[in-house]
Amino acid sequence: MAASDRTVLQFGPSSAVTSNITAKVHPLVIFNISDCYVRRPDQAERVIGTLLGSVLPDGTVDIRNSYVVPHNEFSDQVALDIEYHHTMLKSHLKVNPQEVIVGWFSTGLGVTGGSALIHEFYCREVPNPVHLTVDTGFRNGEGTVKAYVSVNLSLGDRQLAAQFQEIPLDLRMIEAERVGFDILKSTSVDKLPSDLEGMEVLMERLLTLINDIYKYVDDTVEGHAVPDNSVGRILSETVASLPKLSPPAFDKLVNDSLQDQLLLLYLSSITRTQLSLAEKLNTAAQMP
Amino acid sequence: MARSFLQVAAAEEVAPPLRVVQIEGLVMLKIIKHCKEFSPALVTGQLLGLDVGSVLEVTNCFPFPIQEEDEEIEADGANYQLEMMRCLREVNVDNNTVGWYQSTMLGCFQTAELIETFLNYQENIRRCVCIIYDPSRSNQGALAFKALKLSDSFMDLYRSNNFTGEKLREKNLSWVDIFEEIPVKVSNSALISAFMTELEPDTPVTQRDYDRLQLSSSPFLERNMEFLIECMDDLSVEQQKFQFYYRSLTRQQAQQQSWLQKRRDENKARKAAGEEPLPEEDPSNPIFKPIPEPPRLESFLIANRIANYCNQINGCRHCCHYNYYYCCYLLPLLLLLLVVLATIRCYCSFCHCFCCWLLLILLLPLSIVGGGGGGGGDGEDDDDDDDDYYYYYYYYYCSY
Repeated sequence: MAASDRTVLQFGPSSAVTSNITAKVHPLVIFNISDCYVRRPDQAERVIGTLLGSVLPDGTVDIRNSYVVPHNEFSDQVALDIEYHHTMLKSHLKVNPQEVIVGWFSTGLGVTGGSALIHEFYCREVPNPVHLTVDTGFRNGEGTVKAYVSVNLSLGDRQLAAQFQEIPLDLRMIEAERVGFDILKSTSVDKLPSDLEGMEVLMERLLTLINDIYKYVDDTVEGHAVPDNSVGRILSETVASLPKLSPPAFDKLVNDSLQDQLLLLYLSSITRTQLSLAEKLNTAAQMP
Repeated sequence: MARSFLQVAAAEEVAPPLRVVQIEGLVMLKIIKHCKEFSPALVTGQLLGLDVGSVLEVTNCFPFPIQEEDEEIEADGANYQLEMMRCLREVNVDNNTVGWYQSTMLGCFQTAELIETFLNYQENIRRCVCIIYDPSRSNQGALAFKALKLSDSFMDLYRSNNFTGEKLREKNLSWVDIFEEIPVKVSNSALISAFMTELEPDTPVTQRDYDRLQLSSSPFLERNMEFLIECMDDLSVEQQKFQFYYRSLTRQQAQQQSWLQKRRDENKARKAAGEEPLPEEDPSNPIFKPIPEPPRLESFLIANRIANYCNQINGCRHCCHYNYYYCCYLLPLLLLLLVVLATIRCYCSFCHCFCCWLLLILLLPLSIVGGGGGGGGDGEDDDDDDDDYYYYYYYYYCSY
């Protein structure tokens, strides 16, 4: 069978490579980008900037920080302030040397021609930059955040173009940020929630969840809902994971810790009394 | 009444007092990230924003690199700051310094350096604020952001170096008056809040901060107690210094009196002998040298720290106690679920035991509530008198 003479447009063997790359974005980056977008100069339609972060050992790109780079865009040309980019990079590296360039971002939906040029510039800085687009215009009716890597399209031996392939994106938050997540959602919060208030809210949520489960189990028993074995198994595993303490042991445990804490409370009250006494001694003592 | 332009310009501007500090969510996230990355090392950074009337708006911030204690690198640090401000200016960020932030470990931030930094800043900026963030307390579940500033009365007194006992008594200044805490308000632009609401993950179940519900608060309490004990030691050292000072002052006065007496007697003798009386004062005599009063600032700061630790222990106690209460109530609920599940699967003798256990566990919260209600007579056999005693104390301190 004669070999086919047609050259085939290859989507590159790197599709196997890119399928392993995922990106994780910290919400700080989104905040930063939105803030920069709001502050952009009047004639600019979009803002672009550099993404900083690190590459985790399993191949995931962890995007932790970002800064905006002033640029000018004309019909065909793009001018980027490279010196600014390097200065900011140096300053950021002084604070945190582990955060290196991992890519760049731009606002607006989709990838334009100018983006390819900018991407090429970033390819020179870092081997496989990730391109993040943040749609601040909410064009699809929702704020889409997408990440791309570029894959080279080659026809035979010739390089044709670079294709932006989307990679899965994951938005994650560290615990402290989760604590303040509700604060970050609204446009203004009058005061930071105190310990007790936060605890109350959390308890209420937990109780709602448990009520939901309760209702579900009820419905399943009575036959209203379709029983799902896997859910039932998960539920029973959860319940079985509670430590099995006999009632007196549990009682003793609770009481002991309670008493410890009451003791501490007593100590701290005594300390406070001591403080006010010390203050009196320090300032009110008069020499004749 | 219409005033001439000259009159208005000549009238002194009275700055409205600072009522609230408005932080942007972006700044909070940046501070959290920076402090958390470098914890337990303490880090600082600069706050940028606007000063509008009685609100101080903080719109951006940038971190400071950790500096070594080298003289040459100080110029480097100033360069870094200038460069950052210049770059941020180019992208339309408010270029105005309004203060600085620093991280702390369990709240021991009241130091003399803080006061020095405040005074340095106050020379250039009319209104500045310091934001303290505590990453270790945030791990416990509370968002520990605090905005501090020095009270004006303290600043005047400190600047004039009149930090002595009489002056303090005059102005009625005590250790609570050094720092003023300003309420913090968080604001976000509409775009960001739209994004955040949008990007809220589909499973709100996993994205909640259930770490707060952890029952083991003992490491936190232990560290708090450790610091508290250290501070108490420092306080007692300071108090000993004061005692020593007072004792030596009394002794010196007694010495002065006896010397004066001797002089007077001598003068009487000399008058009788017809000689010139000697002066009644002798500044060269060492017993007339005024003893320097020990500085009070340190003891004030220690008092502040101790109060802080006490507050934290109290707050922690609140949370833990609620944990226990709810834990007791949740357990029976969960066990009910198990019972129901067991009936779905199959009827086994296991169920019987669980029902008994269920009843016992249901009695448990009743016993705690009953005991707490003042040793009330439900007739629980588990509780001995000691528990009732402690529950009494609990309710007493609850109202404290």
